[in-house]
Amino acid sequence: MKYALLATALFVVSLALAVDGQIGIHDPSTIVKCDGKFYTYGTGGSSLVSDDGWTWKRGTALPRRGLAPDVIHIGDRYYVYVAANIGAQPKAAINMISNKTLDPDSPDYKWEEGGVVASSDGVEDANAIDPGLFLDPNDGRLWLVYGSYFGYIRLVELNPKTGKRLNPNDQPRNLAINCEASDMMYHEGWYYLLATHGSCCRGADSGYNIRVGRAKKVTGPFLDNDGIDMIQGGGKLFAGSGGRVIGPGHFGLLDLGEGVQKFSLHYEADLDRGGASVLDIRPLQWKDGWPVAGENLKEGIFEIESVRTGTALELAVEGMPVGGRRGRGGRGGGPGAAPGRGAGVAPGGGPAGRGIFEGQGTPIPPQDVVEVSKTWPAGNVDVRMANYLCEAQQKWSITAVPNAGGYPGSPYFRITIAGTDRALAATEGAELVVLPSFTGGPEQLWRMDQLGDGTWRIIPKSIPNSKETLALSAVGSSFATLAKFDPKSEKQRWLFKAP
Amino acid sequence: MKSRYRYYIAALLLAVAFASAQVAPSTLMPVASPVRVPPADGFLQRWLLLEPIAVSGLTESAVRATVSKEYFPNQLAVMPHDGDKVAVGDAQLSWHAVDTKNYNVNLYHFAHALGKPTSDVLFWAVTIVNSPQELHDVRLAIGSNAASVWWVNGKEVVGIYGDRQTVIDDGVSRRLTLNKGPNVVRAAIINGGGATDFCARFLDASDKPLRGITVSLVEAAK
Repeated sequence: MKYALLATALFVVSLALAVDGQIGIHDPSTIVKCDGKFYTYGTGGSSLVSDDGWTWKRGTALPRRGLAPDVIHIGDRYYVYVAANIGAQPKAAINMISNKTLDPDSPDYKWEEGGVVASSDGVEDANAIDPGLFLDPNDGRLWLVYGSYFGYIRLVELNPKTGKRLNPNDQPRNLAINCEASDMMYHEGWYYLLATHGSCCRGADSGYNIRVGRAKKVTGPFLDNDGIDMIQGGGKLFAGSGGRVIGPGHFGLLDLGEGVQKFSLHYEADLDRGGASVLDIRPLQWKDGWPVAGENLKEGIFEIESVRTGTALELAVEGMPVGGRRGRGGRGGGPGAAPGRGAGVAPGGGPAGRGIFEGQGTPIPPQDVVEVSKTWPAGNVDVRMANYLCEAQQKWSITAVPNAGGYPGSPYFRITIAGTDRALAATEGAELVVLPSFTGGPEQLWRMDQLGDGTWRIIPKSIPNSKETLALSAVGSSFATLAKFDPKSEKQRWLFKAP
Repeated sequence: MKSRYRYYIAALLLAVAFASAQVAPSTLMPVASPVRVPPADGFLQRWLLLEPIAVSGLTESAVRATVSKEYFPNQLAVMPHDGDKVAVGDAQLSWHAVDTKNYNVNLYHFAHALGKPTSDVLFWAVTIVNSPQELHDVRLAIGSNAASVWWVNGKEVVGIYGDRQTVIDDGVSRRLTLNKGPNVVRAAIINGGGATDFCARFLDASDKPLRGITVSLVEAAK
């Protein structure tokens, strides 16, 4: 609770960081969705719940309190695995409990004990804590990885129909060493073992970092990018400390469908939240067959460029070239290249015939939107796309909107022409318009999800008189609309570039 | 030096003579059938083209001014016929029915073959798209060299401006409805200098080329 109060207080002055609300947690489980809400459970009985994946609040504690729970939804049941020391470390056991719902207000909310699925006797090279569940999408087999720094990360198979150990007599397989908080995922022919290296629980002095190896079989061997087996301490860095957050750990895959993948984690210390351990959700990218920890969109001024067409979103007004309109030079005219910056050539000067290639002789400042917008229409203006020419109608300010909700990992943003209040909005009929000012309507709130290739999907919170979820789409080189997101198409993929 | 100048002048005269003897490779053909079915990629390949009108300016404001001017009566509603003439200023300009061999309509070939200017000109183009049923959520997708403004059934639906080259699906209209039967598609294409052409097709609700339509040049196809 102390973490939560601190986090809430600090959020007032710091918006676009880790997720919002009461987010103090350590060792969060994989985030699962139940009846429209997101749930995660942490060490010591902590529980968080969210309606949208952005703003979180305290949830109901599990009946079993322990270390670093994990959750998986299979069929009509939620299976929760909770570890506890049953003697001096590393003597520990992982218990399973299950429920038809995670909503404590549901009449179906009733936990059932499932018994121990893995344990360590205090002597063997294993510490049966930090469970991680993995349902193989290829064959439906259910696996549990577990372990900590006392020995190996181990793998056992569970029964996907009961959540219990498939064959208690099977010997666990050793997969990795010198790590904890392990989890698995599958992607395009590879199994990935993610585990947290470094030390935990030391605030800003925690060396926690998430590393990954991959294998062609779920049983390994899991090699890193240098070919070092994780059972010999290998692991490619997936997420480390950076910015204002220290000690990322406890990877959990959050697959939102349609190719949009994110992951949950905690930071040992969020410096902007007083060094508290907090939850975060970040985009999951893929590069050269390896997962990469993406960053949620940060506020700023951007060119919004279509991956499909290479053209940039703009207010449909007549552009003015930066530096003013000048006549066209003769193609190839002029015996020499344009001079370098500050070369001191007078505007329009130089030998006859060289003209525009000489430049104006002094640096050209960025376009003043106040000046150029004097000729823009006052009311609604269409949206279109064009080659990016650094002009004012092509620069968009993206700003988080307080108290407007959000989506997993981020708040909703408004998208306005930089230096103005002219706001991009969805219209009835699923088209686009720029309004003269931002009024906060849901059609003016935008969700930006980073996709696996690092590009972005842009979706309005709602479309007037429509219940469809549609994404910004480059239907032509010079025209954007709203259309159903197609993960296989580049039409709905966008880049945010520094203007 | 004098002999060198004579050599240059002779070479120049030879080049001019050669150029004037050239016939532009035409991609346009006379219309030989009442109705044409667009190919799989959906491009509209049958048009009535008006001989070029002298204009200037490719900026958005210049193009808006150009297309706002009335050059001949009822210019945004008339459905001309092959050989019809209109008076534009002191000139008598003719409409020509053409089929194009390609996805695009080469206006340079069109004007050059008639001995007309190709630079700083406005071309009017019009065709009829026949739909077997009312079709919703379709889009007109166009490209042009250079600027162009487009109307469907008398309503302006898309415009692209500036000195640009033809790119397939460069300008795309908002979702629109095609009537059952004939739908008039009209365009004003403004060229600055050099090559000039355009392409146009309809896209269905999935942004795929619209199938099932035909193209003709007389409303009798109704």
